Amino acid sequence: MTRSANVARLATLALGFVFLYAPIVILAAMSFNASRLVSVWGGFSTKWYAALLDNDLLIESAKISFSAALLSGAIATFLGLLAAVALARFGGFRSRMLFFGAVHAPLVLPEVVLGLALLSCFVALGVGRGFMTLVIGHVTLTMCFTTVALLAALRGCDPTLEEAAMDLGATPAQAFVLVALPQILPALASAFLLAFTLSLDDLVIASFATGPGATTLPMRIYSQVRLGVSPQINAISTLLLGAVALALGVSALVMQAGRRRGL
Amino acid sequence: MKRGRLSLYQRLTLAIPYLWIAAFFLAPMALIAKISLSHSALARPPYEPRFHLSDTAAEFWAKAQTLTLENYRALVSDSLYFDAYVTSLWIAAVSTFATLLVAYPFALAMTRSPRAWRPFLIGLAAAPFWTSFLIRVYAWIALLKDEGLINTALMALGVIDAPLVIFATKSAVIIGIVYSYLPFMLLPIYAALEGQDPSLREAAADLGATPAQVFLRVTLPLSRDGVIAGALLVFIPAVGEFVIPDLLGGSDTLMIGRTLWNDFFANHDWPAASAAAVALVAILLVPLLLWERARLSEEEGRR
Repeated sequence: MTRSANVARLATLALGFVFLYAPIVILAAMSFNASRLVSVWGGFSTKWYAALLDNDLLIESAKISFSAALLSGAIATFLGLLAAVALARFGGFRSRMLFFGAVHAPLVLPEVVLGLALLSCFVALGVGRGFMTLVIGHVTLTMCFTTVALLAALRGCDPTLEEAAMDLGATPAQAFVLVALPQILPALASAFLLAFTLSLDDLVIASFATGPGATTLPMRIYSQVRLGVSPQINAISTLLLGAVALALGVSALVMQAGRRRGL
Repeated sequence: MKRGRLSLYQRLTLAIPYLWIAAFFLAPMALIAKISLSHSALARPPYEPRFHLSDTAAEFWAKAQTLTLENYRALVSDSLYFDAYVTSLWIAAVSTFATLLVAYPFALAMTRSPRAWRPFLIGLAAAPFWTSFLIRVYAWIALLKDEGLINTALMALGVIDAPLVIFATKSAVIIGIVYSYLPFMLLPIYAALEGQDPSLREAAADLGATPAQVFLRVTLPLSRDGVIAGALLVFIPAVGEFVIPDLLGGSDTLMIGRTLWNDFFANHDWPAASAAAVALVAILLVPLLLWERARLSEEEGRR
């Protein structure tokens, strides 16, 4: 490679990563700014973080968001696993196309449309909106992502191993749990993490699906963000970014450990 | 693959996700299609249902004959909706093109980097996708505002005298979309470029092509599938985007997602919002189906 091409390549990479990371870095830096103003540095301070601890509404929303993300992540991973098994292992069953299409459709549907449909449905059924409808909304939103992730993992492992186990006398359920499941464990973990982060991050579905008793963290942040930039929101954003970075690091380690064991 | 009857165990496995999808995806979608055909009313729910489960066949038929497409006609005749659709499609198209202009050189620079760096570079580029979308859009408010960091820095450097008005304009929405959706464009293009055989470029160069000719006649055409996949992944969600126009756009940036939201929550006109939602899905399905058909016919051609 010529020298000038090399310089151009490094410059492009540098510009690209500055574009991707500068807003995040600036946001984190501002959360430690003693001044309320964006463009003035008033010295280092953790007072906005201290203020968070006194913000009961924000803490309550964070709890709701985390429990909804844990529960909907678990359900979405379970449903996604069943759907992926059906698509990867059952061959051509009747209505396979409908099932395949319906599982993947939420991937390309604007969230506003899905949210509107869910809310109309809850109202028509006379279901009171709250934590459970929030979880239902998030499972419906995220299970298409978990299905896609797990389908890829299942296609990557050899079905003859399960068949061999069944020839040796295992029931289909035993063969799946003892042979296939351990092979896709890392994918299962990352599918759960994906559903968890998507639920934690979601504003649109939550706004439609939840009631006054269960306001999520993004909804709370959103209602404050519309009023302008606030140092407290910078602080909670930085905490959330840190939590996601941690989760990403853990999942990378899990994947790597899985690969090392030859999975 | 064998086609046949499923065992009891298989039926159960399939039934559980199927029931979920039917109850919480297919039925709600059918319901909004139904609401889109009804009149709005000042009630709870704020529309007048057209059919009831207790209807006899004769009643059903009599009502079916009175169905109107008034809500769909309003989408075309009401300038608010029509403008929102046009604005959404225009912003999505411009943003998709701008994302391509940013993503292509970025992806190219990655594939030309040493092999050992690549997984790290691609991981670093995809990581922001995992962090909060709302927060990443919010971060741009502090950068783009009149008294924000970009304007403060440019004025301090003496580049401009008065602040650039970017915040609360269509440009801000486009910047927000390019930023938020960059990984969706980057990853498919990277995958397409990564899979190219370098000996093709070498052969072109040996035959006398300049680097620009090699790019335009070898690299670019061979990455077409990645570009199309990336463009769809950006364009489709961008049309229905709600958060970005709401936080970064001004009151004049009426995109369809926001109009829908307002009609649903503020005006309580559910039939109009439902008709707009059904129309939005129809608009988004067209590029997808065209792409799928092109892909299928190409596969036929290869055979």
